[in-house]
Amino acid sequence: MLALSPEDWTALRLSVKVALVATLAALPVAIATATLLARARFPGKTLVDALVHLPLVMPPVVTGYLLLLAFGRRGPVGEWLESSFGLVLSFRWTGAALACAVMGFPLMVRAIRLSIESVDARLAAAAATLGAPPLWSYATVTLPLALPGVLAGSVLCFAKALGEFGATITFVSSIPGETRTLPAAIYAATQTPGGDASAMRLTLVAIAVSVAALALSEWLARRVRRAVGGAA
Amino acid sequence: MIEVDLRLDRGAFRLSCAFRSDSGALALFGRSGSGKSTVLGLIAGLLRPDAGRVVLDGETLVDVERGIFVPPHRRRVGVVFQDALLFPHLSVRTNLDYGRRFARAGRPVDADAVIAMLGIGHLMDRRPAGLSGGERQRVAIGRALLAGPRLLLLDEPLSALDFERRREIMPYVERLRDALDWPLVYVSHAVDEVARIAREVVVLEDGAVVARGAPGDVLAPGGAAAGFGALSVIEARVAGYDADYGLSALSHPAGSISVPGNVGPPGSVYRVLVRATDVALAVQRPRDVSFRTVLTGTIRAITTEDGPTARVELALRGEGRLVALVTRKAIDELGLDTGDEVFAMLKATALDERATAYAPRVR
Repeated sequence: MLALSPEDWTALRLSVKVALVATLAALPVAIATATLLARARFPGKTLVDALVHLPLVMPPVVTGYLLLLAFGRRGPVGEWLESSFGLVLSFRWTGAALACAVMGFPLMVRAIRLSIESVDARLAAAAATLGAPPLWSYATVTLPLALPGVLAGSVLCFAKALGEFGATITFVSSIPGETRTLPAAIYAATQTPGGDASAMRLTLVAIAVSVAALALSEWLARRVRRAVGGAA
Repeated sequence: MIEVDLRLDRGAFRLSCAFRSDSGALALFGRSGSGKSTVLGLIAGLLRPDAGRVVLDGETLVDVERGIFVPPHRRRVGVVFQDALLFPHLSVRTNLDYGRRFARAGRPVDADAVIAMLGIGHLMDRRPAGLSGGERQRVAIGRALLAGPRLLLLDEPLSALDFERRREIMPYVERLRDALDWPLVYVSHAVDEVARIAREVVVLEDGAVVARGAPGDVLAPGGAAAGFGALSVIEARVAGYDADYGLSALSHPAGSISVPGNVGPPGSVYRVLVRATDVALAVQRPRDVSFRTVLTGTIRAITTEDGPTARVELALRGEGRLVALVTRKAIDELGLDTGDEVFAMLKATALDERATAYAPRVR
């Protein structure tokens, strides 16, 4: 009963791929946004902050629908992406990755922002008095010291992406082999007569993957903390 | 040569101060909250003034009226912070090397000499978290120097350390000033540190300059820094060293001063810090007492308060001032009054390492 069917394997591989791509794509944007929110002072900061958190508080279906409107083949961004880069997102696994990235983004920004705020800003000042330009001191002092938060944010985003359902299914539907991720496959199985066994198998897989990701992140976090040298 | 003319308004705190100095060892002196660290931050470029300017060796670092602001990383002004601020994720070696890649345009530095001078060669592979407070501060000084700054700012570098660690660091700062002849601005609220380090002192109070001058004048009793504890600074020349007793003799017009240890070559100028509580007074030249130092002076003022003690200020014969803390009873029983000639006695053993220092070479 525990043997995975080829369809199960496909859903698992797809889920991991989508979550990884979503996390990696969101990371640079999240780091930049978190840095801006943590260190910079500019008009409209509250608005940016609210915008970042929007996917967290809106119903996922709404997020998915907005993505569809903007990134669909007829949507303004989607049309431009297709004509300029030949990149199609709607009803493709790349679209699933985009939906997951958007949903995980607030969690990632939050964790990174908190850890950047906890880095003593005077260390960057000290770096400046040693002749380091702002970007250099950011890359060699602030960011390395905020690494535990970057890692935590990435894990949160990955976990969120792995479980994302509402926005994904609204934006890219649930096409087997293309956009049917684990949660979508579990849902499909529960809707199919006699699909209980399949649903249970996939559920166990989802739990296993989540636990493995958590364990990996704990191990990484410990290594990073040791490398960064504990609290300043 | 540094020229400062700065104004800053932060609600409750207002800074308005101007001074210029080419002494190469300037101390900004004042109580906490007097604005001395703010001035330092403005010179380093970590803060922006509301008005005014800073000019270092002819280069304008900031001039609000002319719209000039050189960012801190292009100023080549090094800072040693009170709490060192070493990068916690980097080894001592990497900390020291941090500014070197940017040092090309700066003052040439012999890294090995600096590391040897600071005695930090054996710490290279350690992390800041594993260092003692004194070691951390020495590494911070080294890190600042290796970036080749034109001017080194020290922001109360000793105040986070205990007495022993302070004694450990002080000679390094002195070597910086004398052996490397590195221009520095030293911020402190401790009289003994300022007396040892500075060639020139600027006293700040509530964001304004209230006094400026040589340490012997500014720190003297009755001077602008009088409130900082009853300490006197006497400058005298080394006359010789008596190896049998381990005492050096300093010559001063008011008398010979004995201090423990071989303090330097004959002829060099030495600064002695005398705590007012270590001074005794006599109306006749004392005989048969253990005090090895007897200085002649005239009473300029006697300040008594409700308590049992009185503060007696003397003008020493020749030059210099000295303050003594004695009992009111003694004043009355000896009949001391302003204008009287008295003899001030100092115990040589009270003039320990902390109390004596090379006077910085006068330029």
